[in-house]
Amino acid sequence: MERRIFVKRTALVSLAGILGAEIVFGAHMPDDYDLLGLQDPDPFKMFGKDREMKVLNSKPWNMEAVAHLLDDRITPNPYIFIRNNGQVPGAINEKEWTMTIDGESVIAPKTFSLEELKTEFPHHTYQLTLECGGNGRKEFNPPAKGNQWDIGAVYCASWTGVRLRDVLEAVGIKDDAVYIGYHAVDEHLSGDPTKEVISRGVPMSKALQDETLLAFRMNGEDIPLAHGFPLRLVCGGWPASTSGKWVNRISVRNIIHDGEKMTGSSYKMPRNPVAPGMEVKDGDMDIIESMPVKSLITYPRSGAEIASGKKLNIRGHAWAGELAVSKVYYSIDFGATWSDCTLEKPANRLAWQHFKASINFPEPGYYEVWARAEDTNGISQPMLVPGWNPKGYLNNACHRIAVKII
Amino acid sequence: MKKNEDFREQIRPVRSIMIVFSIALILLALLGAVIIRNPNLLSNGPEEVEIMAPEIDIDMEGDDRDKIENGIHVRTGLKDAEGLMAVVNNCTNCHSAELVIQNRMDRERWIGTIRWMQETQNLWDLGENEAIILDYLVTNYPVINTGRRAPLTDVEWYTLNE
Repeated sequence: MERRIFVKRTALVSLAGILGAEIVFGAHMPDDYDLLGLQDPDPFKMFGKDREMKVLNSKPWNMEAVAHLLDDRITPNPYIFIRNNGQVPGAINEKEWTMTIDGESVIAPKTFSLEELKTEFPHHTYQLTLECGGNGRKEFNPPAKGNQWDIGAVYCASWTGVRLRDVLEAVGIKDDAVYIGYHAVDEHLSGDPTKEVISRGVPMSKALQDETLLAFRMNGEDIPLAHGFPLRLVCGGWPASTSGKWVNRISVRNIIHDGEKMTGSSYKMPRNPVAPGMEVKDGDMDIIESMPVKSLITYPRSGAEIASGKKLNIRGHAWAGELAVSKVYYSIDFGATWSDCTLEKPANRLAWQHFKASINFPEPGYYEVWARAEDTNGISQPMLVPGWNPKGYLNNACHRIAVKII
Repeated sequence: MKKNEDFREQIRPVRSIMIVFSIALILLALLGAVIIRNPNLLSNGPEEVEIMAPEIDIDMEGDDRDKIENGIHVRTGLKDAEGLMAVVNNCTNCHSAELVIQNRMDRERWIGTIRWMQETQNLWDLGENEAIILDYLVTNYPVINTGRRAPLTDVEWYTLNE
């Protein structure tokens, strides 16, 4: 029944999305599998995702994790959130893929084949935390429009690629360069070929960091289609929308990049704090750069009942955008007292850090375990939802789980 | 496995039909949906399939494209209420209905959202449907005041043994 409804509802989903399945699962398909129309467009199968992932939107596809799915130190693909602004591209020919570097601030534009990128520049691998700027949007009051992300639009995967800096230096950049902007091949939802879906970027200082990659591998394998195969710009610690998927062109700009979703109110925060629900003019907003400090309890799953007298071992991850996390605390009394968690150093800059603690509960009853991380500037997560903003970005309120001692 | 073979067996005639009538792939997807819905179709002649395929508005088992079940428009998940079809027809072409359902806004903010879609996302002029759509949205998906931090709800309790 459910399947029938689903098929019915998604039969009209873009051709590209359906074709996407063929690429993701090419290896697992029987040889005689040619009836594309009969293929169940099951998003979990199509994108190789765990069935506990929450689908927020089927057009475009948007999907997030629940906290306990993010328990791995390096997030495997089945638990990685999907955020699309447009349609997942269809058939991609890796062999013919090119990357063009152009813009006002290049000495002369240059195009590389993917193969040239891979062979002409040294490879680097980093664990990089990518979080959607709107992660946590669900909690803003009054509600902010857009996908109502809960806590699961974040992950830390291992990315392998070449440094954008190495490529830009090989092309030659003028002194007036201020920003880079990416361009990609995804299609606009309206089907209008003249509209670019999303074309964001970062200032040169971020573009030239060691960890900013043009990546062609994720977790040691080809990047899954939904995450940008065959080439993705990866800017760890910044809103994940700056990490362009399916990129084939990077423009070096002498102005702040003005591509789609760089202007207007997208990915911007009010320059000065505003009252909830207030109208904010585009000119009074600033582009989000580093993501704020945040943490997630990934074990145990919320709702654990444990026997009185037993310790509860919790663990999770903490991250702080451009910065590192210096401390993680937990509280079982709604913030009246806080205790230290054991915190590991990051595997590399911009990787999330793992924390754990072993907790004693004084008596039977209902508890909430709250985690609070603090960054190297001494800024910590709020327990309440932070400053309201029109688009519902940057909710880094403390994560908490429910526990009962029986 | 047996099931799979049966299924494959069942769809064999369709495959040849599709080759014969290799129309656009979208059409194939629709046809697929039709067949999964009702495998009995396969026992009918190809002529009939050919007729059925392009018509998405088919009525089978008394079930239609805009079927309502338990007050919900099955195809989109939207609540059945006045203005439903105006919302279905104008608001689920570019994005899914899930995006509408999960967003809760007051009238003013919905208007702002519609204007934004018109200015940047190729949404057409909604004409007199605009008021119908707005009424539907604010009545059926009103803003819920969650305060500054909502309590944990829907906790699924389980025994944890370590």
